[in-house]
Parts: sequence; structure tokens; C-alpha cells
Amino acid sequence: MFRRSLFMTAAFAACVAHSARAELATTPAYSNVTQPRLDKPEPQNWLMPRGTYNGWGYSPLNQVTSDNVKRLVPVWSLSTGVVDAHQAPAIVNNGIMFVSTPQNHILAINAKTGDVIWKYERKLPADMQQLHPTNRGVALLGDKVYMATMDSCVVALSATTGKLAWNRCIADWHQGYYMTLAPMAVKDKIVVGVSGGELGIRGFIDALDAETGKEDWKFYTVAAPGETGGNTWKGDSWKTGGVPIWMQGNYDPASDMLYFGTGNGGPWMPDTRPGDNLFSTSAIALNASTGKLKGYHQYHWNDAWDWDEVSAPLLIDVKKNGRNVHELVHAGRDGYLWEMERTPAGKISFVSGQPFVHQDVFKSLDPSTGRPTYNADKVPGTNKKALFCPSLWGGKDWPMEAYNPQTKLLYVPANDNLCAEITGEPLGPREAGSLYVGVPIDDIFSSMRPRPGVDPTKPMKIGQLQAWNLATGKKVWTHDFIDSATWGPVLTTGGNLVFTGGTNDRMFRAFDATTGEMKWQTRLNSGVEGTPSSFMIDGVQYIAVQSGYGVDAERQNNGLKKMLKPRLDHDTVPNEGTVWVFALLDAKTANTAN
Amino acid sequence: MLFGTGLAALAVTGDADADTAQAPQAMPPQAGDLLVQATGPQAGQPIGLPLFKTPNTLIQAWAKDPTSGVVRNGSRLNRVLLVKIDTAAMDDATRKRSAEGVVAYSDFCTHAGCWIETYHADNGVILCHCHGSAFDPTHGANVTGGPARAPLASLSLKIVDSHLVAAGPFDGRLGIPQT
Repeated sequence: MFRRSLFMTAAFAACVAHSARAELATTPAYSNVTQPRLDKPEPQNWLMPRGTYNGWGYSPLNQVTSDNVKRLVPVWSLSTGVVDAHQAPAIVNNGIMFVSTPQNHILAINAKTGDVIWKYERKLPADMQQLHPTNRGVALLGDKVYMATMDSCVVALSATTGKLAWNRCIADWHQGYYMTLAPMAVKDKIVVGVSGGELGIRGFIDALDAETGKEDWKFYTVAAPGETGGNTWKGDSWKTGGVPIWMQGNYDPASDMLYFGTGNGGPWMPDTRPGDNLFSTSAIALNASTGKLKGYHQYHWNDAWDWDEVSAPLLIDVKKNGRNVHELVHAGRDGYLWEMERTPAGKISFVSGQPFVHQDVFKSLDPSTGRPTYNADKVPGTNKKALFCPSLWGGKDWPMEAYNPQTKLLYVPANDNLCAEITGEPLGPREAGSLYVGVPIDDIFSSMRPRPGVDPTKPMKIGQLQAWNLATGKKVWTHDFIDSATWGPVLTTGGNLVFTGGTNDRMFRAFDATTGEMKWQTRLNSGVEGTPSSFMIDGVQYIAVQSGYGVDAERQNNGLKKMLKPRLDHDTVPNEGTVWVFALLDAKTANTAN
Repeated sequence: MLFGTGLAALAVTGDADADTAQAPQAMPPQAGDLLVQATGPQAGQPIGLPLFKTPNTLIQAWAKDPTSGVVRNGSRLNRVLLVKIDTAAMDDATRKRSAEGVVAYSDFCTHAGCWIETYHADNGVILCHCHGSAFDPTHGANVTGGPARAPLASLSLKIVDSHLVAAGPFDGRLGIPQT
């Protein structure tokens, strides 16, 4: 009741500010987000970036199906007023939607009507650099909304008014630290991690008290001398070793274990930091209460290719040879599909690894540990040129896979047939906040090459949506995108559907989850990098996604424009951000029928 | 908008800028400031024409108060880029601001604040590596490509004792246009 009255106060104030918007009075009361709700979210809600802690990106809602999705239409849209990569999902709690945008804005919206309830705009330092101007979502806990900001702070806002509850800065942006990830709400903590791997930072994950912002624990992703893994760095290289945390983790409530994917070591050239460089390019298991490392699996050691293993592994139970294996599954930027086994104590063991795109770097995998050996001529270094596949952006970059427990298929947004050629240069002294990469900038942005043997003068298969049966280890279907990479996170639903955008033609698409047949597509105002989500209000299922193009999708597409010239010369992808919400044309009828 | 407008005004932000805004180190380049190299082994040294060794040379610089010796590197907004281009290709306003073919602009990209490091003489663009914004140095650093929406601020130059010196303050808005 108290919370309801709080919300009504906000609504009243809004009406005073703009009395014509009487519909605000219909905005539902706010339901506090509790740990049991996060452990098992209601089907009608989308309380975290992937819907559930296991990272599946799965909604059990089934009003929209592969049979009726052709009747999907926009019911409202909202310009965010911001440009660049809008990668965040629409987070929805009983009819209230929270969307974050580049420049660290948050919009609280009536999810049914599209009315703006409140808006928060972070005032970022005027002289700050934004290497990746994006934000990947908010966290909800209790009566608050949490966002990690570009200037390395975490803000807690009242979910009902947008008023700031606390602001905690966890690193100095002048030193190259910034944050793009969605915070994780776990029990009484808000867990975040830092970016800045190209700027000479030392990566870490921080857990803050959700009520006060005070630091509970910190885990450095670059091991220091004397720590576990500290002997995998030489000299002082650990101090600028990178290993950023670009994305939110996943979580197993039963074992209280957090799982994150970690970025590559910095600077880029492996000879500048000889050793395995733990815990770079790894899956790591941390006890959520203490932040203690409980296990890890390094996908590849001493990275040379900018293959951040950005997204966290998905928690999936897979029947293998009659045994139910509690797996961690990750489609890597290194182009391999990794399956690992996890235990309640946090130990991570290698199960299998196989390429899901053309990959010419790994010569072999150790059958028991999964440790790869490398083709030496595919490893660039300082003053050493190498051509390798996949490209710097990898077989799958940050956009997240999805898993559907009905089809038992894993859906992977992949990019194939692209390679890269780079040469390292001697490093100068590090300047705080400046690039500390060791590869000439021009080389990086002219690095992309077609896979040897692929003719770029002809329509080229690049982006793919792949479906994998984890039990058999076989790919079941592939949908190819021609002359475009894909940068679309994936949503799958109980309606036997897979939704994703990500291509340079601005399409948002739905596929039959079983067969891969494209069932629906619509062209939006901008490229679609947003994380799709689904929710239900008053018996109507909605699909939400943000459009808004930029950052690495745009960088890579600029490279494609050169490679595929002149085919993409006249294709422009605007940058303006918009929140889109779709439902069936006659959703109520469809609901009755279902 | 709506209620949020008021809330936005309440949003807590990094206030440290306000404290340092008037500090000499944080002030933008002033008329008479000597331009010194910002990067590389010769960082801090003044800049003369011989440093433009290739057509693609882009020099990043800070302004230095010649009296106090203060280098104005207290804000990332203050960094300057210098390129040497064909005077005949410049528009009148650019030519007036130039010195011996050298033009100066803010090094702070108006898209996302990255420092700009690249000049491509063959197609005449200053290129920001971060997201591909391109600027035309012959015409006031107008945007010719990429996501930037505003030109780079210009800085008038003169040559004193064979070194490049700011002839005035930045002309144009510094930083990222607010949405």
C-alpha cells in the first residue's frame, strides 16, 4: 500500500507537470522485486536482461506462435532521443518497463501504452571518451532500479520516481575505466564489472550493497603476483592486463554461484604479456556471497586476436550418454562452441569444443582440458603480421545466444567467412585514458579480409542464425544473412519462435524455432542491436526490442562496405534509437483461441 | 519530458569538473599559447613545420602558457590536432585561421570524445578511429562521414619564432553536442 501510494504520488506530480496526460493515472502500481521473484520470474515479466538467471533468453509465453506471428504489428514505439548502439533489453515488471540507452539515460514507461513515467539522464563528464557508447540494461531489486554508467559509477534510483537513491563510483574514468554492462541483482548485492581493456586497465568485478552502494567484495580478473594465476603474467604486465567484464553474468541460486565471461588481455599483442594471462578469455565461477573464485575454464590462452569471451556461459542441463550433465555453454568469439560441466562447488570441467564458424587458429584441443594449441603463423605479434579467421569481431561477439527448453536447441548469432590481418607495433608509454593496444589504429580498421577462397565480389554469406542440438553436438539448422554480419541478441519463446535483429538492412525477424524457417520480418528505423524481450499485460503478449545502431556493428559494417564495394554503397543504417513494442493484430482473439 | 524533466535536473553527476573549470591547466587554449607535442618521445616540445614529415602527419598538441609554463592538459577537451594541407584547397575562413598551411582543430571527436589520431591526405579526411567519423580539414572540419553530428572546433594559428602558436581561442563548440 505504501509503495502504491508512492507511485501515485509520482503519477500525481506528473499530471501536474503535464495535465493532459490523464492516462498516467492508469499506470499500474509498482511491485517490489524480491529474491524469490528473481530466482523464478513470473512468465509475464522480464526482470533481468536474459529473463532468467540461467541466461537462456527464453520466455515461456506462447500467445505469439510460429503459426500466427505473421500478424505481429507494432502497438507503440518511442524515440529515445539518443543515437548509437541501443543494446539494452526492455526490462518489464508488472506493466512498468525500464529501458536504458547510450549516454546512460533510463526511461520508465507504461509498458502497455508507451507513456513515459519518468526519465533519468546521467550527466556524464564533458571531456570523457566513450569508446563504446552503449548501455546493456538495468537491474531491478526491491523498489530500486540500478544502472552502471560510462563514468564508472553505479546509480540506484527509485523505481517509482526515478529519484537518485545513491551514486557510487568504483573506478576512475580518467584512467580508462568505463562500464557498459547491465548490473546483476543477486540477493542483497548489485554486481558489476568494468570495461577499458583497450586503455590499459586492470579488470575487476565489484559487488555493492544494494541499499547503500558500499563495496561488499571485489574480484580482479587479472591475477596479481602471489594470487592464484599470478604466475601467468610476467613482470608488471598484470597492472595493465585488461580482461574487462563487458556483460552481465549468469547465476545459479542453488549453489550461489556467479558465472561470468572475461575479456582478452591487454595490450593486444601476446608477446607484450607472455603467459596464459589468467583469468582472461575465460568462464569464471565466483561465490556470490564472498566473491571468491571457485572455478574457471580458459577458452584460449595468451590471446592475440582481440577475442574477448564477452558473454557469460549459459546454464543448461544436457542429456549426454544417458547422464544429465549440468553444463555451461558458450559460443565463443574464438569461433568455438564450448560445453563445460559445472559442479555445485564451482568447479568447471571441459566437456567439448568444436568450431561453429571457419576457424584456422586452433590446431588441436587437449581432449581432457580443452586447451588449444595454435598454428604459429596465425598468431600476430609485435612486428609480426598474421592473417587469421574469424576476424577481430570473432565468430560471435557480445550478442547473446538463447536456449529453448522445448526445442532443446541453442540459438547462436554467428558471423562466418570473415578473417583479419594485423601486425603489432612497439608500444609507447601508456597515457592514462588513451588507447594502449599495440596495433596501429588504421590497421585495426582496415584489418578485415574475406575468408580465403570466398569471392567478395559475389553475394557473401556472413551473418548466421544457427541452431544446435547440445545432446548430439550437431547443428540442426542455419539461416544465412547475405552481405551482412549479425549483431542481434536472440530471444526464444514458448511459441516455438526465435526473434533477432542485428543485420545492416534494419530488419527485426522471427524464425520457427524448430525448423529455422523465417516467419516474419519488419524493417525498423535503425539497425536492431537491442536485446529482445517478451512480457504479458492483461492477457496480451508483447515483444519488445530497441533499435539504434552503432559501435562495433557499425565499425564492422564500415569495413564490409569497403570489402563488398559497391554493393553496400547506397545502404545507410541510421543511428537513432527507438523502443518498439509488438503484439498480434488481434491478440485477444488469439489468446482465446489458445 | 513530463515528470522526468524535473528528475533529470536532480540527477547526481560528476561535479569535479566545476572545481577545475577555471584552473589554468583546465582552461582551453588561449591567444598566445605555444603549442607543444602531446604524445611521443618529444612530448612537451614546441612544434615547427619540419615536424610535418609526411602528407598524413597529424600532430596532437597541448597549449602551453608561455609565461607561466602551465600546460593546459587538465581537460581532455583541450587537446588540439594539427595537419598540414594545401592552402589552395581551403575555404576562406579556414585559410584565414591557418599558418603556412597548418590548420588546427579540437582533437576531441564530437561523436564520442575519442582523441583523433589519423589524417588521410589521399582522400583529405581527418578520421576518428573510434567510430569512423570523418572531418574535412579544408572546410572548417565539417563532418563528411560517420556518426558525428558537429564539426570540430577550430583554432587560429600564427607562427612565432618558427613555432606554432594559438592566435585565439577555439572557434566553435567544444565537445559532444547534447541530445
